[in-house]
Amino acid sequence: MPKVIRIKKGLDIKLKGKPERIIIQAEPSEFYAVKPPDFSGLSPLPKLSVKTGSEVKTGSPLFYDKKKPDILFTSPVSGKIVAVNRGERRRIMEVVIESDNKNEAVTFQKGDPKTMNREEVVNNLLKSGVWPFIRQRPFHIIADPDDNPRAIFISGFDSAPLAPDLDFILNGEAASFQTGVNVLSQLTSGKIHIGVNAVFATAEVFDKTEGVELHKFRGPHPAGNVGVQINHIDPVKKGEQVWTINAQDVIVIGKLFEKGVFNPTRLVALTGSEVINPRYYRTRLGASVKPLFKDNVKEGNNRYISGNVLTGSKISNEGFIGFYDSQVTVIPEGDSYEFLGWALPGLKKFSGSRTFFSFLLPNKRYTLHTNLQGGRRAFVLTGQYEKVLPMDIYPMQLLKAILVEDIDLMENLGIYEVAEEDFALCEYVCTSKTEVQSILRSGFELMLKELG
Amino acid sequence: MKSLRKFVDKIKPHFSKGGKFAKLHSTFEAFESFLFVPNEVTTKGSHIRDALDMKRAMSVVVAAAVPALLFGMWNTGYQHNLSIGMEASIWENFVFGFLKVLPIIVVSYVVGLGIEFAVAQIRGHEVNEGFLVSGFLIPLVVPVDVPLWMVATATAFAVIIGKEVFGGTGMNILNPALTARAFLFFAYPAWMSGDTVWIQGLKSGEGIIDGFSGATPLANAAAGLFDNLPSTWEMFLGNIPGSVGETSVIAILIGAVILVATGIGSWKIMFSMVAGGLAMGLLFNAFAVNPFMEIPAWHHLIMGGFAFGAVFMATDPVTAAQTEYGKWIYGFLAGFLAVLIRVINPAYPEGVMLALLLMNVFAPLIDHYVIEANIKKRIRRAKG
Repeated sequence: MPKVIRIKKGLDIKLKGKPERIIIQAEPSEFYAVKPPDFSGLSPLPKLSVKTGSEVKTGSPLFYDKKKPDILFTSPVSGKIVAVNRGERRRIMEVVIESDNKNEAVTFQKGDPKTMNREEVVNNLLKSGVWPFIRQRPFHIIADPDDNPRAIFISGFDSAPLAPDLDFILNGEAASFQTGVNVLSQLTSGKIHIGVNAVFATAEVFDKTEGVELHKFRGPHPAGNVGVQINHIDPVKKGEQVWTINAQDVIVIGKLFEKGVFNPTRLVALTGSEVINPRYYRTRLGASVKPLFKDNVKEGNNRYISGNVLTGSKISNEGFIGFYDSQVTVIPEGDSYEFLGWALPGLKKFSGSRTFFSFLLPNKRYTLHTNLQGGRRAFVLTGQYEKVLPMDIYPMQLLKAILVEDIDLMENLGIYEVAEEDFALCEYVCTSKTEVQSILRSGFELMLKELG
Repeated sequence: MKSLRKFVDKIKPHFSKGGKFAKLHSTFEAFESFLFVPNEVTTKGSHIRDALDMKRAMSVVVAAAVPALLFGMWNTGYQHNLSIGMEASIWENFVFGFLKVLPIIVVSYVVGLGIEFAVAQIRGHEVNEGFLVSGFLIPLVVPVDVPLWMVATATAFAVIIGKEVFGGTGMNILNPALTARAFLFFAYPAWMSGDTVWIQGLKSGEGIIDGFSGATPLANAAAGLFDNLPSTWEMFLGNIPGSVGETSVIAILIGAVILVATGIGSWKIMFSMVAGGLAMGLLFNAFAVNPFMEIPAWHHLIMGGFAFGAVFMATDPVTAAQTEYGKWIYGFLAGFLAVLIRVINPAYPEGVMLALLLMNVFAPLIDHYVIEANIKKRIRRAKG
């Protein structure tokens, strides 16, 4: 049995709207989309392979980055391109596909990955559009197919607020997971590590899988973040890459090699205080959330999020599930004034500190809204970030290094080891309401530009 | 509160860009956000945010200092009546002290906040809440008889030179409240030291009973008058002469509990400063060559401003060390130096203020070495 790695720092934000372990077959969505902003590091203006009106099948290429033309981004459904939505500076935000309900798919190579060579495996992943599931540290961007990573890390549990239970999602998919792992083992000469939750018995899908090394973690969020797990297992060093992939996406890879098609079916947890029946839905990557929300979301001004409340992206009530997301969250907007809100006892407010009397109710679940809860200030309080970041990193000093654009210092303070999601709790607890995640991303972008 | 909100919404356009009073935007914003938490929602990053904001954090510190203030007010009346040989009830003592201390608080806040608002206006920033704490601490660390114009001058100096020239709250190197006190100490020493300044009315000398001494325990100890020292219990309770809020260790401990329980004040700094003070005290005991060096080490913790400094001054997050290891070192050295200065240096009967200001200056250096150690570890890992 591997020894348990205890994570002491962190914070579990207890929200209302935890998903029940019930799987609902979602009604097929009318529209689907692939969203270039989901992919950090991708050019804001990727080259489109299709135009409005083009017919596509599941697995047909939609766009690619001119700098890395081998990495294709493909359609999750068969149908017709109906829109290419653009944002500021003509940046491509969404490529929208109207489903024809035929589910025709492009076929790719199938076979046992163990008998294929690395080049064949990589080609299959690139052509089918599943390569972008594989991301690298440093910088949390899509992995470069030419690199040989030191190791590949998979987190076997999600500890974020209201996160889906991965054991439940992966239940019954052990065979595809094994195939997926076999594919991954062709990509690295190093090990494949899986971090599992020590609180529960290890799920069969992880326990039975061959060719992986299991590590047990116990503790509050972000214990389930792969970045935190890497930091405790074997931190990223300067000049090397490690790759990461979400557990559910390993199955997509497995199915590609088993069936020869890109299978974007996935379980998504619909969560949050404004969802009437929070449950799991079987739907597709990129699907519009409209059918999920039908008669299942409370009236009112709501924030719809693809992902969790800490790192997810804002979508509309007809928006699309993000490429990497297994969760959709609905919480109330907080765009109202609160009289003397900072001075109230605060039994309904949640805080990582004990400055509100709600700390006397440790098991209470909260309805939290999107108010910023105060004005933006310079850094004043110290030690707050450190309490929620279980990594050997000085978070405030790293952020300051990014703000003054000191590349050497950023490097020395460990920018290669972190991703935005690892710092999301720092952003949550920040008394000065600093935009921690976007500062970190700007640091990554600066590094990528400087390093060429 | 709807009618109040309506009123605020009605006058808001006048203070916005292009309005009649656009120049007072920061001032308006400060008052508005004091009354109502703004309706601003998150746009990027985490969709939910912690309920704790700067206003809450600062009000917790102020709340923690309230017991020390209330006790200080009572003690002001008690000491005064003692000096003139009058019997007075708790309530009478408190009211007397309240009337003496309140003007100091008002002057400190009016001057300090006035400057803060003006500077925020010039810079186009929101008004930072930092001075709410500094303005509350300044009255607690001065003798009650200090002339109000001196408080005003010292506050202005502390806010402008101690803080705003560095960029405002969060950027300053020295603790503003300590800067104000140090300014008073060096600019007007006659009003800040000696045996007559600590009790209201003693300096003017009217109606004082014969032979009454207003000397603080530290002054007595430094002068070798150990028979005049108050009992341990008195020093702990705080019914002794001293700055307004520094005398009662009990009241300060209540504040410490609030700060540590809420997580706003660093227990590491408080703990290590106490440890540092004890360590120096024990060192003196071991090599004692005069009676002051022989007093029990823990007496240093309840004399003078040690407790107040450790709980309210050393823990200022901006001017203390910012790394967690650094906080241990910072606190320990502050306590160590405070006792060293107060025992060894004849010119300064109290060493806490100077020790803390010195450590404020050294805090970035401590952090630098702590971070350097982390960097070296990382580089070694990359090589190995």
